[in-house]
Amino acid sequence: MSDLPPYPPLDPTTYDLIIVGTGVPSSILAAAASSSGSSSVLHLDPNPFYGSHFASLSLPDLTSFLNSNSLPPPPSNTHDFLSVDLVNRSLYSSVEISTFEPETLEQHSRTFNIDLCGPRAVFCADESINLMLKSGSNNYVEFKSVDASFVGDSSGDLRNVPDSRGAIFKDKGLTLLEKNQLMKFFKLVQTHLASSSTEHDQTAVKVMSEEDMESPFVEFLSKMRLPQKIKSIILYGIAMLDHDQDNIEETCEHVLKTKEGIDRLALYITSISRFSNAHGALMYPMYGQGELPQAFCRRAAVKGCIYVLRMPVTSLLLDKETGGYKGVRLASGQEIFSQKLVLDPSITVGVESLPSLTDQQKETLRVLVPKAVSSKEKIARGICIIRGSVKADISNALVVYPPKSLFPEQLTAVRVLQLGSGLAVCPPDIHALYLSTVCGDDNQGKTAVLSAISTLIRPQVPEDLQTDSIAENDTAVTKPVVIWRALYVQELVKGEFGGEISSTSSPDGNLNYNEIVESAMKLYEQLMGNKELFKEETENTAEEDDGDGVEIED
Amino acid sequence: MHGRPRKAYKPEEEAASAAKAAKLRALQSQFMANHHNKIYTKEAVDLSTKLLEINPEAYTAWNYRKLAVEDKLSRIESDPDLVKTILDEELRVVESALKQNFKSYGAWHHRKWVLSKGHSSVGNELRLLDQFQKLDTRNFHAWNYRRFVVELTKRSEQDELEYTDDMIGSDFSNYSAWHNRSVLLSSLLTRKADGFLPNKKIPDEYKLVQNAIFTDEDDQSGWFYHLWLLDQTVNVETPLLTSSWPLHGSRINLSAGCSNGSFSKLTTFGSESGSFPLVLYFDQAVCGVSSSTVTIDSELKGNEDLVWEPVSKKNSQVSCVWVARLKYISSEPCFGKEYKVKVRVGNSPGIVSSRGCNFSASYEFVFTAHVHDTVEESSQDGIVSWKDGFDIWDAESKDLNALATLDRSNAQMDSKWRQEAIAEEIDLFRELPDSKIGKLTLARLLMAKAMISDDAVKGVHYNEILELCKDLMALDSSHYQYYKDEHSVALLRKVTSSTEDLSGHLFRCRNMNNSVCLRLNNLSLSRIASVEKLLFVQMLDLSHNELHSTEGLEAMQLLSCLNLSHNRIRSFSALDSLRHLKQLRVLDVSHNHIGEHSVDTTRYLCSSPLSNSEWPQDEVGSQMPSLVTKYWDAYFVLRDLNLKQLDITGNVIAGDEFSSFVLQVVPKLVWLDGKKLEI
Repeated sequence: MSDLPPYPPLDPTTYDLIIVGTGVPSSILAAAASSSGSSSVLHLDPNPFYGSHFASLSLPDLTSFLNSNSLPPPPSNTHDFLSVDLVNRSLYSSVEISTFEPETLEQHSRTFNIDLCGPRAVFCADESINLMLKSGSNNYVEFKSVDASFVGDSSGDLRNVPDSRGAIFKDKGLTLLEKNQLMKFFKLVQTHLASSSTEHDQTAVKVMSEEDMESPFVEFLSKMRLPQKIKSIILYGIAMLDHDQDNIEETCEHVLKTKEGIDRLALYITSISRFSNAHGALMYPMYGQGELPQAFCRRAAVKGCIYVLRMPVTSLLLDKETGGYKGVRLASGQEIFSQKLVLDPSITVGVESLPSLTDQQKETLRVLVPKAVSSKEKIARGICIIRGSVKADISNALVVYPPKSLFPEQLTAVRVLQLGSGLAVCPPDIHALYLSTVCGDDNQGKTAVLSAISTLIRPQVPEDLQTDSIAENDTAVTKPVVIWRALYVQELVKGEFGGEISSTSSPDGNLNYNEIVESAMKLYEQLMGNKELFKEETENTAEEDDGDGVEIED
Repeated sequence: MHGRPRKAYKPEEEAASAAKAAKLRALQSQFMANHHNKIYTKEAVDLSTKLLEINPEAYTAWNYRKLAVEDKLSRIESDPDLVKTILDEELRVVESALKQNFKSYGAWHHRKWVLSKGHSSVGNELRLLDQFQKLDTRNFHAWNYRRFVVELTKRSEQDELEYTDDMIGSDFSNYSAWHNRSVLLSSLLTRKADGFLPNKKIPDEYKLVQNAIFTDEDDQSGWFYHLWLLDQTVNVETPLLTSSWPLHGSRINLSAGCSNGSFSKLTTFGSESGSFPLVLYFDQAVCGVSSSTVTIDSELKGNEDLVWEPVSKKNSQVSCVWVARLKYISSEPCFGKEYKVKVRVGNSPGIVSSRGCNFSASYEFVFTAHVHDTVEESSQDGIVSWKDGFDIWDAESKDLNALATLDRSNAQMDSKWRQEAIAEEIDLFRELPDSKIGKLTLARLLMAKAMISDDAVKGVHYNEILELCKDLMALDSSHYQYYKDEHSVALLRKVTSSTEDLSGHLFRCRNMNNSVCLRLNNLSLSRIASVEKLLFVQMLDLSHNELHSTEGLEAMQLLSCLNLSHNRIRSFSALDSLRHLKQLRVLDVSHNHIGEHSVDTTRYLCSSPLSNSEWPQDEVGSQMPSLVTKYWDAYFVLRDLNLKQLDITGNVIAGDEFSSFVLQVVPKLVWLDGKKLEI
């Protein structure tokens, strides 16, 4: 700690709101609270970069972030307040990092922007995009389309997800009748959406009955006589479900209702047509997902939020009498006070300090006290830096492996996102491949991720064996080669409102940010008391059209 | 652009448009003054530029610019650089006008005009087009211009075909792209370009369009292309002889009309004039049928220079049906003799289809004419009844088979791939049963299959087509009449598909020298078809149907009696085709709707008083001009018919006045509405 430059003292020392951690939900809160005009906000992050668990980092930084251990806080004390030490707990377990070509990585060491929370992409019609437009933070990010999405299986074949009229027309894997059925289904959904958007119109025909809407989506798909192949495409390739919908008994808590399924299709369908220069439902921010929290932070800074990075919070300050929250002590030793505090999900109270607390104090800290977690669900993630592409001529693509498609015991869908140098996340001819799957335990998740990896890419073979393997298997030659690989399992932590002290969510297991944005918006409402989020302030500073980038504008 | 709702103007927008209009008016009047005074100074031309950039539709301004350019070019004495500068400026103005409105006819035309001058580089044009075609992929102006540029740059049709691939790939609801594709493919297939053999390429095209149709059966663009493909599959470019009368190998009896009174049960042909018609029926309209392209080799004298006439509208030299009259009673007696007649069609080149294809495969047929010295039994002036005196025709009868050799497949067609392609399509479309267009296409495919296959299951196909048409009539009432017509066509094809089917409708009329009578009454027919197989019919009963017109009957040159009672004929114009039937003597059009409309509204083009140039000179016309004016449609039809018996009761037009008019126009008439006329 001594080698860090001395912290200049912060001024002022009292705020309405202190936010610790610059993840997506924290950054949205900061931007929203600052924009409301009536709140002073201090936004801190212990890391030297923006984004926390949502950051995009170079490979060494990513490695050290994943491996960072909980640091015991320096003992501290204060006379005026009761001080409770905070612990920075790692969300990651079973971290396993392998480097196969150190020299290649060395050569390009600074050209990687690798996401911690991958695979992640946004739908054009996503809540996060709406929020960016509403807040004006769209001016700080540029998006590009994800070129294609596929559904894969253990054979290594990648089938296009026929997600639009044009895609169905061009698809080579579907029979003519399947094309007809799929398009009919899309039209049904569209008619339903059109009729439900004009609900006041009494003449509008109800396309789908209430009963249908409450039934499991998978049953509704069967009722529409869609064949298994198409059902699988819709459920996992378009609605982006994680859990196997065909074994409803086993996983009943994860069964999607038709209503929700239709909502997910609606998101997909509206995404395709939202921006004229985006050619698909999905897009990805240039320079990585880390750009999103940064954009909100920049918006917040413009609106007066004060930013301090590299500034851990070491302890909480509570009122000795009432046990209520007063402020925080920073690593610099300075004490800062606020009405409310919002903490990053990895921050908890040290277990050793718990027994000494009174019930009142525990009530104040309830969000931070580790609880017996109800759902043990985690998310296994994998990152592969590869030479070559999983599909010829396509750089940015999503691949989904539905449950049971890789091996019979595969319980959840594995999503894979490949991104290329066009997005400024890696050097040319090299791609970043992100994988994730929801899992009950570390082993199960890693097995599924590894299975997808071995289906898509070729392991590094020692030099002397290489010629043999080529002669043996011709198709293997076209598969990309892995240069670097990381596997890790991330805990899923839900944000919580706790009065004076609240916490934000960790990255979830979804492809997009919708649930995270929703929970951030809800937390904002609770914190600020129903104050409107970003009341219309779109200055609509027309962006310059720079070719293939997607402009997101209203 | 397509599918964008028009928004009502806001007040401020209206104000802006009013201001724009005021400015335009000022510009316009200034410009017109310049134009009238032939002022082509720089200022004047710039003014027109300004005008066109606001309003690209000002076509006078485009014409003015053309004059101005010609004027400038005449002054500079062909300095190529200067010429180019002048023309490039025009291209620039067009481009900015098109940006304002890329559907401006005047602007596109001006661009063509400039390019046709030949001094501008055309390389830029495709780039510009790509830009416009991206803005609106279906813009037919751009597509038209594209074809013009392609021709100018000699860009290959293969490259253009690939371009349509791209355009259809990005949005298959692009009529223009499909259309251009059909144009390009037609040309490539016709000139047999490398890799463009119909038997390979057309099945590929089916696969492409199937994807469009099955993805979105509600989108019409694919269906249009499919229809075109089907046409390419079924029809061959070169015209073919579909049928003739008499048929090859047949033996016809001709009555000499005056002799010893021996009685015969033979059906005889031939008219009072001692000649019989020779009919050629082609699968498409052709011209050039003459005594040099069709040679006759026979012992019948006096037929050396036969006159071939097209059976078509006046003045048209193109027709599917051609007829010549062969004389069999000449100066020397010829009774009781048999004559062989050999007809060679396409002996020398000259028969050309309206599309410009030559009738290449010459075809020869031979028949025997037997001239009998029998007397026509019934009196010339007896009334013809449709009720009594008809004998059933035995299906096994030899003379029936001689009359109607119905299965004649075209050996010239390389039909294997065609049959396969159609069979494949049929299997496919059976799986898409819910849609109207699916059913209609299936019906069309089955019809095509029945036409090009000579298998025995034709009847099964026709039955399925009839069912499909019935379904469609119920499903899609707004196109009821179309399906009804298709139903009639299928029904007639079915009736004529085999001698068994046909014999149920065939009779002999005892009182009419055993004339061949075909009864197709009470079949709710709305359209006539399959006439090429019925050329031998002498009496035709079409009563109690739903016919609107007699179109098609003109080919039945042997027809002498026609019953059209209880149909839906609304005017004499609808009977226009009967004028070609020189042997027609008996016509029953009672209980129709004649007189309700003097113009046949079911057809876009029909005769009207104004289209008849000989109108004032006519004798009857000058005698009773008011009646001729009133009944002009009846007048033009009846005047050319040689009727002896006419039934007109039960029509709006019928009445004393009309009856007296008929007597004037048809002086040879003996029976009117069942009553013998006093002469």
